[in-house]
Amino acid sequence: MRRYVRRFSRTERLLHWANAVGFLFLLATGLILYLPSLAVLVGRRPLIQDLHFWSGVGWVSVLVLIALVGDRRGLKRLACEVDRFDRDDLRWLLGRRPAPQGRFNAGQKVNIALTAAFTFLFLVSGLLLWLGERDTRFRFASTVLLHDGLMYLALALLVGHLYLAVINPATRHALRGITLGSVDAEWAHRHHPKWRQEYDA
Amino acid sequence: MTDEAPLRIGRGVFLATVAGGITSLLWGKTVWDHVSHVVSPVESLVPLVPSGGWRIYTVSGSLPGFDEATWRLRVGGHVGTPVSLSYRELLALPKADQISTFHCVTGWSVKNVHWGGVRLRDVLARASPLPSAHALEFVSAEQPYVDSLTLEQSSLQDVMLAYEMDGRPLSRAHGAPLRLVIPEMYGYKNVKWLAGINVVPRALDGYWEQLGYDRDAWVGRSNGYGT
Repeated sequence: MRRYVRRFSRTERLLHWANAVGFLFLLATGLILYLPSLAVLVGRRPLIQDLHFWSGVGWVSVLVLIALVGDRRGLKRLACEVDRFDRDDLRWLLGRRPAPQGRFNAGQKVNIALTAAFTFLFLVSGLLLWLGERDTRFRFASTVLLHDGLMYLALALLVGHLYLAVINPATRHALRGITLGSVDAEWAHRHHPKWRQEYDA
Repeated sequence: MTDEAPLRIGRGVFLATVAGGITSLLWGKTVWDHVSHVVSPVESLVPLVPSGGWRIYTVSGSLPGFDEATWRLRVGGHVGTPVSLSYRELLALPKADQISTFHCVTGWSVKNVHWGGVRLRDVLARASPLPSAHALEFVSAEQPYVDSLTLEQSSLQDVMLAYEMDGRPLSRAHGAPLRLVIPEMYGYKNVKWLAGINVVPRALDGYWEQLGYDRDAWVGRSNGYGT
């Protein structure tokens, strides 16, 4: 008989999937604006531009809304978890084993911190692009480079994330946690022993 | 296992990334100009990825098409002899070549673009502008795109009507069959899908200028840059 333990709250899962859907839509519309081959194929640039900008605004608004009406205390705990790295986390990052991990391993913590920073920078640079088209005071020669560079970095992070979450046999069980909330207790014990110890205590 | 106080690394990663990103607004382009020649050749190996750093900006629903049989470049307005050139007649004019850098007002540039075409002054001379003429209005087949230059600006040495880019006929995305090239000014003055030139008494605001961009779009000293 398999035993399941709860890894992600409803607020956390909602945040993850709102972020994922928003990012993918923005990536798709953004690539149409960015790649000449797609720009020519699709056309309708003014429409795609509006879709891209307003869905970006919507994306960040929904994330903020979920955080506000969801389990705020839980999210504060999540932020603390992501912030704190103990000696085992540093060993884990250096590839040394054993390095028992908590609910998030060190790589996942870095991923969350980077994703949050990228989201913030996407918002700032996107707003500057939009405002700069209307007022020279908001125009910087490097805004478009920042926005495009972020896309490449975020895409690289996403590819690694998808590989671990969907393809790699040892880790792909995590996908169950972020969709249904719970994961196999034994799997959790193998991959996140410190979290399990706290959980059982 | 540890009893020591944990390190606050998560916020460090977040704050350092945000700080790096925000400050890159000031140093990003300078650094990119130095490293882009290393990255660009790699970029061209990946399918779909932008060819040499170009982005295709358009203002209407679809890109104008080009039919060689019916296409004409019309030069009219304050001229002694209105001119209408077919594509073949255009190619028969003395050919000019140049290598120049293309700057977009949004911050990206493409270095060493090889343009082939005709000198604007050669086309203009055929129309014999009247003494009342002081500016040119360039009308794009992409409606309602239009922009203008003073006669003085349009007589700069490297102003060109280009029908070739990097050794190939101008592609649809870049304004086929003909676009204006004035490297001293930002891209929005380099009208694509050129269909006509109106010789007029004075320069008027073009498409982007009506939306707040500078009419004299000198690279590096207009539109809030270097001023």
